[in-house]
Amino acid sequence: MSPQNGSQDRAKVVVEFEGVNKWFGDFHVLKDINLRVRERDRVVICGPSGSGKSTLIRCINCLEEHQAGRIVVDGHEIGNDLKSVAAVRKEVGMVFQQFNLFPHLTVLQNCMLGPTKVRGLSNSEARDRAMQYLARVRIPEQADKYPGQLSGGQQQRVAIARSLCMQPRIMLFDEPTSALDPEMIKEVLDVMADLAQSGMTMLVVTHEMGFARTIADEMVFMDAGRIVESASPEQFFTHPESDRSRLFLSQILSH
Amino acid sequence: MKFRYLWPPSLLGPLDKAIREGSGATAPRASGIAQSDTPSVSGRPATTPGRAGRWWNASWFDTVQFLVFCGALLWLVVSGAMSMGYSWQWYRVPQFIVRIVDGELIWGPLAAGLAVTLQITACSVVLALAIGLVTAFLRLSDSLAGRAVSKVYLETVRNTPLLIQMYLFYFVLGPIIGLDRFWVGVWCLSVFEGAFACEVIRAGILSVPRGQREAGDSIGLGRAQVYRHVVLPQAVPLMLPPLTGLMVSLIKNSAIVSVIAVLDLTTAGRDIVAETFMSFEIWMTVAAIYLGITVPLSVLMNYVERRVRTCD
Repeated sequence: MSPQNGSQDRAKVVVEFEGVNKWFGDFHVLKDINLRVRERDRVVICGPSGSGKSTLIRCINCLEEHQAGRIVVDGHEIGNDLKSVAAVRKEVGMVFQQFNLFPHLTVLQNCMLGPTKVRGLSNSEARDRAMQYLARVRIPEQADKYPGQLSGGQQQRVAIARSLCMQPRIMLFDEPTSALDPEMIKEVLDVMADLAQSGMTMLVVTHEMGFARTIADEMVFMDAGRIVESASPEQFFTHPESDRSRLFLSQILSH
Repeated sequence: MKFRYLWPPSLLGPLDKAIREGSGATAPRASGIAQSDTPSVSGRPATTPGRAGRWWNASWFDTVQFLVFCGALLWLVVSGAMSMGYSWQWYRVPQFIVRIVDGELIWGPLAAGLAVTLQITACSVVLALAIGLVTAFLRLSDSLAGRAVSKVYLETVRNTPLLIQMYLFYFVLGPIIGLDRFWVGVWCLSVFEGAFACEVIRAGILSVPRGQREAGDSIGLGRAQVYRHVVLPQAVPLMLPPLTGLMVSLIKNSAIVSVIAVLDLTTAGRDIVAETFMSFEIWMTVAAIYLGITVPLSVLMNYVERRVRTCD
């Protein structure tokens, strides 16, 4: 499952799913998921809606509980233990489809909240760090505005900066561009591509196949709660193995 | 200036006609808008050309209508009192509020009663909010026992009369725990209003989108931190208006402590009426004093709410 790249074969496994199952009531959302993500891997998860992609990555930082199987993130097994949940969330950043910025705080305060309250940084340290990451997502000049005053693309970039301020080892992206107007998608994808360049471990749920093709070193295709196929982008886009992924690709690429 | 809402439409005469001819739903408010500097919502000039200059649309006519209405009410009361031979003795009322003897202020029973009412209210607001907060968190918690306890509390309190609760507290709980009547009153009101505070607080917390909590979780904030830094700052502005209503109703409901002989404003009024038989004057004065506290409170909280709203 890991990329066939010699140097990364030795990289540490940071996220591991072993026979994970999850139900929402009677609905079996995740069926027997096995997945390993190594440090610096960039995994793109795609599939039709309702296939369990979001649920899968939300299990990684415990926004969803799984009912069977094992999930190990950065050495912590996720279970009922609150300590491991806290430890994992410190190391895992997440970007949401709806941005979920805190509307009552300025951009800068959004970015400082985690570092000051969770990492115990002083205000000035946290401010420096926040400005550094806001510069990295190219909106340092908006630091004193409220999220409501920004465009969708800017808000999503702030959300990325907010996560990065915690200096996580793993970043999760849950359809980060799906709620954006078309002309704003690029600015967000550019920031994400930068991040990928810098060697961040990333799991991305997205429908942006062009983006996936350029940054991913592994494509994971899900359907009806199962991982149907997982392959390198070249192989996945040119010679998809399963009929289901072929159908999906023909639908998503033809329009 | 929305006095027109006071009239039933059929009695409006020319006004009614004007509304029907006017520009739909915004028309009845037109004169009110014209007086303030804000533009009308629809972007139209506040007074549309077809309606301009008609005398029944002028604000002075509004005022006249209102004064006539008040005058009629007053006339009803006065003439009614006169026909039953009631002798008005307003000059005797001020001494029950305050007297000046040898240049020294001496507070009368109504003022003393008001002080007690305010004390009861102040204590009860704090306790009711505390009870409301705790039960709201219990209701929202994962604990089955916690949810059950708060549910039973809410249903019991909301579905029994306040008067009965007051008797239960005074005759049953008071002697058992050894509370004096003032604190019986305070606790009873707190428990009663706490149930409503709980619902207000719960609704406020639930109105913050789930994604906000998840975002807080995802950056590693603990549960208490998520509430403290993410949920409550967004929920409190939403709670302020209904909590004001709660405070106003607490002030009004505090009158019920008169049944357990706490010397509040209502009890003071009743005692004076029993001595002087000036029921018209005293009860009107007491009502005016209650109004004097509750109306400014509503206005103040409206202002606070607007301030908080515009901040975000």
